[in-house]
Amino acid sequence: MSQVPEAGRGTVTPVRVVIALCLVAPFVAMLWVGSYAKTDPEFAGIPFFYWYQMLWVVIATALTMIAYKLWQRDQRARREGPGR
Amino acid sequence: MNDGVNGVALGVFIFFFLAVTVMGFLAARWRKAENEQTLDEWGLGGRSFGTWVTWFLLGGDLYTAYTFVAVPAAIYAAGAMGFFAVPYTILIYPLIFTFLPRLWSVSHKHGYVTTSDFVRGRWGSKSLSLAVAVTGILATMPYIALQLVGIQAVLDVMGVGGGENTNWFIKDLPLLIAFGVLAAYTYSSGLRAPALIAFVKDTLIYIVIAVAIIYIPIKLGGFDEIFAKASEAYSQPNPATGAPRGALVPAEAGQWTYATLALGSALALFMYPHSITATLSSKSREVIRRNTTILPLYSLMLGLLALLGFMAIAAGVQVANGQLAIPQLFENMFPAWFAGVAFAAIGIGALVPAAIMSIAAANLFTRNIYKDFIKPDATPEQETKVSKLVSLLVKVGALVFVLTMDKTVAINFQLLGGIWILQTFPALVGGLFTRWFHRWALLAGWAVGMLYGTIAAYGVASPTQKHFGGSSKEIPGIGEIGYIGLTAFVLNVVVTVILTFVLKAAKAPEGVDETSPEDYTADAGDAGVKTELPKVGAGH
Repeated sequence: MSQVPEAGRGTVTPVRVVIALCLVAPFVAMLWVGSYAKTDPEFAGIPFFYWYQMLWVVIATALTMIAYKLWQRDQRARREGPGR
Repeated sequence: MNDGVNGVALGVFIFFFLAVTVMGFLAARWRKAENEQTLDEWGLGGRSFGTWVTWFLLGGDLYTAYTFVAVPAAIYAAGAMGFFAVPYTILIYPLIFTFLPRLWSVSHKHGYVTTSDFVRGRWGSKSLSLAVAVTGILATMPYIALQLVGIQAVLDVMGVGGGENTNWFIKDLPLLIAFGVLAAYTYSSGLRAPALIAFVKDTLIYIVIAVAIIYIPIKLGGFDEIFAKASEAYSQPNPATGAPRGALVPAEAGQWTYATLALGSALALFMYPHSITATLSSKSREVIRRNTTILPLYSLMLGLLALLGFMAIAAGVQVANGQLAIPQLFENMFPAWFAGVAFAAIGIGALVPAAIMSIAAANLFTRNIYKDFIKPDATPEQETKVSKLVSLLVKVGALVFVLTMDKTVAINFQLLGGIWILQTFPALVGGLFTRWFHRWALLAGWAVGMLYGTIAAYGVASPTQKHFGGSSKEIPGIGEIGYIGLTAFVLNVVVTVILTFVLKAAKAPEGVDETSPEDYTADAGDAGVKTELPKVGAGH
């Protein structure tokens, strides 16, 4: 058990890269305000600026959920791997 | 404002208020543990909450009455800028996904009740732990006071708060009663009370938002109409400055402000003691990760809520005090009984966070000031007793604050509180991932961040205020206008890193780290991770 965090630290696997991307994407999207600071196209009368950010609530949630599932799988694989 | 008392709305409000009061007292029996007289029981609900209770508790805790009133009020006042609350809450979840489970694990392993407990254990520095505790308490107090401001806004619109010329005692009596009741059940039930009441609060809020977001636009002629009217209103020049009142989208110059406010606030939120209290009360690491995938429902709600600010403009709500815009909108648009439900939602929305905040502040005082500096051999019973008493004191303090000082003072302090609490980030989150920093460097970085943040915020003027007129200012070296808290945070990190190099070169003594790497990934069920504190057991 004590080996696990040590072993887990340094190794970069494709799955972990995907997890990191899922978690970083909302930061890029939301902090780049210039990309969405406009009124058109409107959706149901709501300016782009507002509905786009609300849409990102949903996208970010989906991404976090994917990260969570991948993380769970990653952890399980690690625990069942050698040394345990 | 309204002259008469809105009888029906008031009746509904009182009904819900009584219902949650009864729940608050009964909560002491909910999931009752054998040994109530420990801080784990009173202050963390026995560390036993599952996914759903944690979801309601965190939601009830983070999305406060003040949020409900202030976010749409900001939109009502200036438009797009107020919407930063949405990206802010989006960014919270990936952040907490990465660091909160580690904090949970190490806290369970070592029986930490507060963030300062962890900071002391990790860095072996009582002064750093004290700095974090004092920052936490200072940042929380005005936040509690603002919850009272939220209740006051609702009472005002219902016509009970009285006019300017009523006796102060009559005027403040409803608030005093609300707070007396809150204090009493927090004292007796601890964290279980707000956890149980949060169910009612969030259910009411969701119902009100769902109805408001459908019903009000229909009455106002659709979103097209609402945004057209809002756009027109924002283009009118502000009599004080001559500049337009606001805009539907942030202008080029405002984009840095928008982004830094969102990022800085997101980093700060889980530094607040009350957020951590709610997190540590969950029963496993998984509960926290799972919650990051369902908590964003609240962000969606917040976004919809923010839109109410535009509706207030379109509905022609005219209030001098922006805080009253949303309660007034409800009063104007809804039938009296449903307005009562909406007011109850806001009122109860103030009670839940106020209870958790006072518990969190009390835990900080007890663990990191009382036990560390005044009475190191305090038994768990004594700790609990002190915490309960301090939770009362904290609330009385907040009450005095609101009743004796101008509301803007509470708002200014809350603004400062956000800047301050962000300065504990390097010691806390840094500590969760690395032990590289030097404890003295962290302390120095914290001090520099606090100092810069306070001075910078003091220097911000607005048309109505000479000092503390806002939370953003020119970022030195970049020239754009950005959130002061984030600038102070960057300064804090730079100082910490440089001094760490210096202190390491000078071989300054490092503190003792009582944690080990595997503590940060331990989960419930692993050896040594129990729901009770090992130390507490020894004290019996």
